[in-house]
Amino acid sequence: MSRLPAAGGAQLVVLRNVWVHKGGTPWTMALFSVYEPVLYLLAMGVGVGALVGDVPGIDVPYAAFVAPALLAAAMMNSALEETTNTVYGKLKFDRYYHSLLVTPITVRGMVAGELLWAAARALVTGVGFLAVIAAFGLVRSPWAVLAVPAGLLTAFAFGAFGLAAAGYARGWHSFQYVQLVMLPMFLFATTFYPVTVYTEWVRALVEALPLYHAIELSRGLALGELGPGLLLNAAYLLVFGGVMLAVAQSRWATLMAR
Amino acid sequence: MALIEAERLEKRYPGTDFTAVAGIGFQVERGEAFGFLGPNGAGKSSTMRMLACVSQPSGGSLRILGENPVTHGRALRARLGVVPQDDALDLQLTVRENLIVYGLYFGLSLKHMRAKSTELLEFAQLADKAGERVEHLSGGMRRRLTIARSLVNDPEILLLDEPTTGLDPQARHILWDRLFRLKSVGVTLILTTHYMDEAEQLCDRLVIMDKGLIADEGTPRELIDRHVTREVLELRFPPGEQEQAAEKLGGDVEILPDRLLCYADDGDAVLARATELGLRPLTALVRRATLEDVFLRLTGRSLTD
Repeated sequence: MSRLPAAGGAQLVVLRNVWVHKGGTPWTMALFSVYEPVLYLLAMGVGVGALVGDVPGIDVPYAAFVAPALLAAAMMNSALEETTNTVYGKLKFDRYYHSLLVTPITVRGMVAGELLWAAARALVTGVGFLAVIAAFGLVRSPWAVLAVPAGLLTAFAFGAFGLAAAGYARGWHSFQYVQLVMLPMFLFATTFYPVTVYTEWVRALVEALPLYHAIELSRGLALGELGPGLLLNAAYLLVFGGVMLAVAQSRWATLMAR
Repeated sequence: MALIEAERLEKRYPGTDFTAVAGIGFQVERGEAFGFLGPNGAGKSSTMRMLACVSQPSGGSLRILGENPVTHGRALRARLGVVPQDDALDLQLTVRENLIVYGLYFGLSLKHMRAKSTELLEFAQLADKAGERVEHLSGGMRRRLTIARSLVNDPEILLLDEPTTGLDPQARHILWDRLFRLKSVGVTLILTTHYMDEAEQLCDRLVIMDKGLIADEGTPRELIDRHVTREVLELRFPPGEQEQAAEKLGGDVEILPDRLLCYADDGDAVLARATELGLRPLTALVRRATLEDVFLRLTGRSLTD
């Protein structure tokens, strides 16, 4: 008699995803995930950076200012991609999770497993992109190494959000609403300039966005500008992710009980 | 002790006033093949989901392998095998990988599953397809793989929801043969079907469900003896003449949309009488009564909706 898998079988859901991806090595995965942020880094950081010179009030080249924000956004996108499109396809079309229902894997285990996988996927992206930043000579502080674990917190927050979204989605078109939020958030949540450019009320709005906190955390560590504010940013992501995870768990429990 | 004991078992879905299962009782003994027959919407699949410890009963009591599925669902699922109606195989894995990875979900080791998958592939006659992607398999092969997958944990009870729906006759016969083999080594089979020949072939005992209730229970032979006569005379008439003919003929007659079924112990005698009465059917056939006749008698009148 075998023993029931621990943790609701979350690690087995991760293992299955690793197995499916065994054709692509972590390096090819990283290559695909860093492709887009590297283009942004070249166009905005290096290209536009040549026009703006140093950022007023910040004592670093513009590219070094943008790079940690792109790192946070890249890890966010990796986690979100795995938990929205990939998970939704497995839910609706492969009926993968339904096939797990009759095994000792629990619904909580499925959700936790997909979230862990999303974080692992983001980790590969983060390590890959950090290597690119280092190669460009944009690493300003040894603390930059911690920007990757900080990105895992970002991946947790957005992965949990993605799982909740996949649970509520009524079709592929539902994810267009997610994009409707994600694109402006990427453009305006201080990725390309400091929050001080905004007027008072816009600033309050931007500071309420999860990506803002992800970028603050990543940038603070990458530029070696440490302060207690970073703990607040981390706490925000932790709470946001925790709430989203609770929403996802409850939604999936209902969904799978049908 | 029976492997499964259900009393006044109910399933209602929250947010609707639909009652899928309206209070049914049955027992399944070790080693038997037990069938749920019924038209679509009779409550078969809802019952199977409760037996698979996937959905919770809304009322009544259910014990599986002596345990309560609500409190011991996870441990029970580890001891059951389930073949769902839609195979829900992992399309991104090969045939063998489907078996191996599924075994891991049950807490079995990779080493054990490598050996076990070979044995199961042999059983499912899929050994030469081991490295293929699932999407390249035919419907019959997929279903055999789903059955092989349900056996990774050597289940004490195998639940099959419409195991041969959508398969061609050859594929069905291969599948039945595999299920017979499982039964012969002591696996308890519980299946739903709306194919009467399948029920007669496979089931030692069955219940006929209609509108969430059990209409009757017994062996196929018992049900035939109880509800229909030894023989059935089937008569076809031109459209519109059926009712008249049935009235003229009298006796135990069931009017179906396309034909009359006359129940009698001697079908030829009834046919002779029909001819004497001046009835001229387009076709006439005397045959032995089957489970389908029982099914139509017990559920037929509701087929109109």
